[in-house]
Amino acid sequence: MALSVTDLRVWYRTLKGDVKALDGVTFDVADGEIMGIAGESGCGKTTLGKALIRLDTRMRHEGGTVALDGEKLPIADDAAMRRYRYREVSLIPQYAMSAMNPTRKIGKMIRDLLAAHGVRYAEVLPELERRLGLVGLDAEVLKRYPIELSGGMKQRVVLVLSTLLNPSLLIGDEVTSALDVSSQKAVARALVEFRDHGFVRSMIVITHDISVLFQVADTILVMYAGHLAEKAPARTIIDAPLHPYTKMLIGALPQVGDRYDEQRLSGIEGRPPSLLDPPTGCRFRDRCPLAHDRCAEAPPFREVAEGHQVACWAVS
Amino acid sequence: MRGYLARKTLVYGLTFVVAVTLNWLIPRLMPGDPVQRMVARAAVQHPETIASMAAYYERTFGLDLPIWQQYLNYWAALFRGDLGTSVWLFPTPVSQVVLEAVPYTLGIMIPAIVLSFVVGNTVGAMAARSRWLDNVALPVGYLVTAMPYMWLAILLAWGLGVALGWFPVAGGYDFGLVPQWSWTFVADLLHHWVLPFLSLFLVSLGGWAIGMRNLIIYELESDYSNYLSALGAPRRLVRRYAFRNAMLPQITGLALQLGTVLGGALVTEIVFGYPGLGKLVLSAIQNQDFFLLQGTLLFVVIGVLVANFVIDIVYVLVDPRTRTGLTGATA
Amino acid sequence: MTATQPTTGPGTETADQAAVAAAPSGARAGGDLRETLYFALRNPKVLVGGVVVLGFLVLGLVGPSFLRYAPMDYAGPPMAPPSADFPLGTTTFGQDVFAQFVAGLRSTFLVGVLGGAVAAVIGMTIGFVAGYRGGLIDELLNMLTNVVLVIPGFVVLVILNAYLGVRSVPMQALYIGVFSWPWVARAVRSQTLSLRSRDFIDLARLSGVGVGTILRREVAPNMYSYLFMTFVLLFGGSILTAASLDFIGLGPTNAMSLGLMMNQAVQWSALHLGLWWWFVPPGLGITLIVGSLYIMNVGLDEVFNPKLRET
Repeated sequence: MALSVTDLRVWYRTLKGDVKALDGVTFDVADGEIMGIAGESGCGKTTLGKALIRLDTRMRHEGGTVALDGEKLPIADDAAMRRYRYREVSLIPQYAMSAMNPTRKIGKMIRDLLAAHGVRYAEVLPELERRLGLVGLDAEVLKRYPIELSGGMKQRVVLVLSTLLNPSLLIGDEVTSALDVSSQKAVARALVEFRDHGFVRSMIVITHDISVLFQVADTILVMYAGHLAEKAPARTIIDAPLHPYTKMLIGALPQVGDRYDEQRLSGIEGRPPSLLDPPTGCRFRDRCPLAHDRCAEAPPFREVAEGHQVACWAVS
Repeated sequence: MRGYLARKTLVYGLTFVVAVTLNWLIPRLMPGDPVQRMVARAAVQHPETIASMAAYYERTFGLDLPIWQQYLNYWAALFRGDLGTSVWLFPTPVSQVVLEAVPYTLGIMIPAIVLSFVVGNTVGAMAARSRWLDNVALPVGYLVTAMPYMWLAILLAWGLGVALGWFPVAGGYDFGLVPQWSWTFVADLLHHWVLPFLSLFLVSLGGWAIGMRNLIIYELESDYSNYLSALGAPRRLVRRYAFRNAMLPQITGLALQLGTVLGGALVTEIVFGYPGLGKLVLSAIQNQDFFLLQGTLLFVVIGVLVANFVIDIVYVLVDPRTRTGLTGATA
Repeated sequence: MTATQPTTGPGTETADQAAVAAAPSGARAGGDLRETLYFALRNPKVLVGGVVVLGFLVLGLVGPSFLRYAPMDYAGPPMAPPSADFPLGTTTFGQDVFAQFVAGLRSTFLVGVLGGAVAAVIGMTIGFVAGYRGGLIDELLNMLTNVVLVIPGFVVLVILNAYLGVRSVPMQALYIGVFSWPWVARAVRSQTLSLRSRDFIDLARLSGVGVGTILRREVAPNMYSYLFMTFVLLFGGSILTAASLDFIGLGPTNAMSLGLMMNQAVQWSALHLGLWWWFVPPGLGITLIVGSLYIMNVGLDEVFNPKLRET
C-alpha cells in the first residue's frame, strides 16, 4: 500500500467555529494507482489534498493518521513534515500559473530549491532536460522567467519540477482547470506517462473537470460534505455507480468536459449541509431520494465488491 | 524594456512641462497688477533696488507681449539657467543663491533617505511574522510616521540641543568660523549636521519599516511562497524570495516618497536654521522675494523629477518583468 | 507631505496589490454592515484609535465654549508654566496655550476632513472612470495621474499659497486635496478593473442600465470598505501637509492651527527659553490623531478582510 489514510479529520478554524471540512476519512491508494477525487466545491477534496502535504495556517489536524509506504507522516508538525515534502510527497498546485517566483529565472529557482534539499543542480540537470523534452519543452525554458511562458508551458514546467525527485505520491489539485482543451489533454497524458515511467509511484488527482478523471484516473473517490461516498475503479463509477449521490453527479453531466460545479446539479435538490455543525448520520440524506430512518445513523464506508466501497444503507 | 523607458520618458517630459507651466502661470493668476503688487509687497526701501526691480519684473513678465510670447520667453530664460535675480540678496542671481544652498539640503537628504530605506526595510523584514517585534515595531512605526517632521526636529533641538547641549541647534556651521577645508571646520560642519539629519532619518524610518512588513506578509502569502513551502523549501529560502520581491514596490515607493521627504527636509532645515533650500524658501517668503522662491522651487521640482527618473531606470535593472516587455510595473 | 504612502505600503504598486487582494472580502463587507460593526467594535486597534480620535474631536468641538480666553488674548502672565488657571501654560506674550490648542484642533480636523474629502472624490472619480471606461480615456487619465503623482505636491502648494495667499482653512484644504489624489486614483482604478471583469457587471450592462448607475450600484458598494480606509489615510495626510504649510508661515491668517502654534513657538524662541508646554502639545496632538488614524486603519483592514483577522 503506497498511501494509507485512516479516520483522518481536519478542521478549519473560523470565528464562527470549527468547519469540519474533513470528518473521518479512510481509504488506501495502491502502488501505481492514479486516484481521482470528485465532488462539489466544499466537499473537502482540496482540504484532503492539502492535509497530505501541508496544512495551511487555519487548518487543524483533529485526528486520524496518514501513512506512506508504511511510515506514518507527521502531518500536524510542519517542521517534521519538511523532510517528506518533495522527496516523498509532492504537489502540483491549483495555482500553477503563479506557482513560480516571477522575478527569478526558472532554472535558478530550481537550483535554489534543489540546494535546499541537498541535491546538486548539475547532477540533476541532464534528467531535468530529458523530462522537459518528454513534455515537449525545450531546455531553454530554464533560462526564462515564468511570465515569458504560456499557461500550458508553465503547467508542464511545474509538473516536471514537482516530480523531479521521484516522489512516492503526487497530489495534483485542479491540474488542468486553467488550461484550454488541447493543453488539458497534453497535461493529462503527461500525468499518466510520468506514472508509467515510474517518475511518480502513485497519484491523487483532484479536479472539477470530471472528464479529466476519465482520462487519467484508475479509480475515483467521490466525496460529499467532508465524508466519503464511494470509491471504485473509474469504469465502475461511470457505468455502475451505487451511491445515489454518485449517480446524480454522473447523471448531472450532460457532456464530457462540462464542469459540474458551475451549473446546478440538475437532479439534486438543495445544497450540501453546513460543515460548521453538520447533521449526524448520512450527510446526503436531506437531498437523497432514497433516504429512510436508518440514515439518521452514519453509514459505514464498506467494501461491496472487489475494490468497490460505498457508504450507503440503501446499497446492500 | 524600450517601451517601458519610452513611457517613462514621456511621463517625465510631460510632468516637467506641466511643472514649469504651473510655475509660470501661478504668478499671473494673482489678482490686480502683479508688478505693482510685488514691488509693493517686497519689503525693500532702497530706491535703486525698487527701480531695477520694477524694470526687471516688467521685462521678465513682459506683460505687453502676447501671452504665448511671454511663455516662450520664460522657457528660453530657463534653458539659459536664468532664474532671475534675488530681491532679498540683490543683485545676486537666483541660480547662484540656490546652488550655494543645495549642498546642505542634499547633505541631510541623501544620507537620511538611503539610511532610512536600508534600516527601515531591514527592521520591517525582521518584524514580519515575528510576534513580539511586530507588536512593538508596528505601533511605534505608525506613531513615528504620524509625526510632523518639524515637531520631531523641534523635540530633538530642544532635548539634545538646548537641554543637554550635545549639539548646536542653529546654522550649518559656527558663525565664528570661515568656510574652508580644515579639520576644525569640517568637524563643526558635521556637528551641526547631526540633528537635522537625525530628525529626517527618524521620521522616514517608520514608513519603510511598516511598508516592508506589510509587503513581506503579502509575499509570504503568495502562491509561489506556498508552492515552495509545499515542496519542502526551508523558511530561509522562502523569506529570501519574499524579501527580494517586496523590495521592488519599495523602490517604486522610494521614487514616490522623494517629494514628501523633500517637504520634510525643508521644514526640518527651518527648525534648525540650516542653510539649505528650506531656509531659502522661508527667507524668500518672509522677504516677499518671489524670484528666489520660484527659482528655488523650480530647481527642487527638477531635482525630484531627475531622481525619479534615475530610480525608474534602476527599477528596470532589478525587475525582470519590465525588461521582458511584458507589463510588470506600470508606474 | 502626504505621509500616507508608506502606510499603505509606500508604492502605489502596493496599494494596487492590496486592492486586488482585498477585493473578494470587500465584496462581502458591503452587504454585511452589522457583522462588520460587530467585529470593528471588538478590534482593539479600531477601538483605541477611535477613542483617541473622538476624544480630540470632542475637545475641539465643545472645548472653546468652556474657555475663558480666546486663543490670541493676552490672558495672563507671559511664559507661565502649566497651572490650574492655564492647563498648558502661556506663551511669551501671555496667551493661553490650551485655548490655542483647542482652537487648533478644530482647524486640524477641518483640514483633514475637507482635504481628505476633496482628494477622495477626485481620486475615486478619476480611478472609477479610468478603470471602467478603459481605452483612450483610461490612457489619458492614467497619464494625468502619473504627472500629478511625480510633481512634488508640497512644493506646488508652497508656490500657490505664497502667491495667491490662503486666508481660510477650507481654501487650504481644497488646495491640499487637489494635489494628494493620484495614489487613490491608481488604486481605485485597479480595483475597478478587477471588479469590472466579474459577471454581475456584465449582467447589469446587458440589462441596459447606464454606466453611472452601474458604477454607483454595483461597483461602489463592493469597494466601500476599501474607500473608507483610503479616506482615513487621506485625512491623516492632509493634516500633516497642512501642519507643514502652517509651520512655514503659509497657513490661514484668520484661524489658529496646530502648525501655526509650532511656527510661533519656534519664531519666538520657545526652544531656548525652555517653554516646552508651548511646542510639545501641538505636535503631540497631531501625532496622536494621525497615528491613531493609521493604527485604526490597520484594525479596519483586519475587520474588512477576514483572512487577516484569523491569523
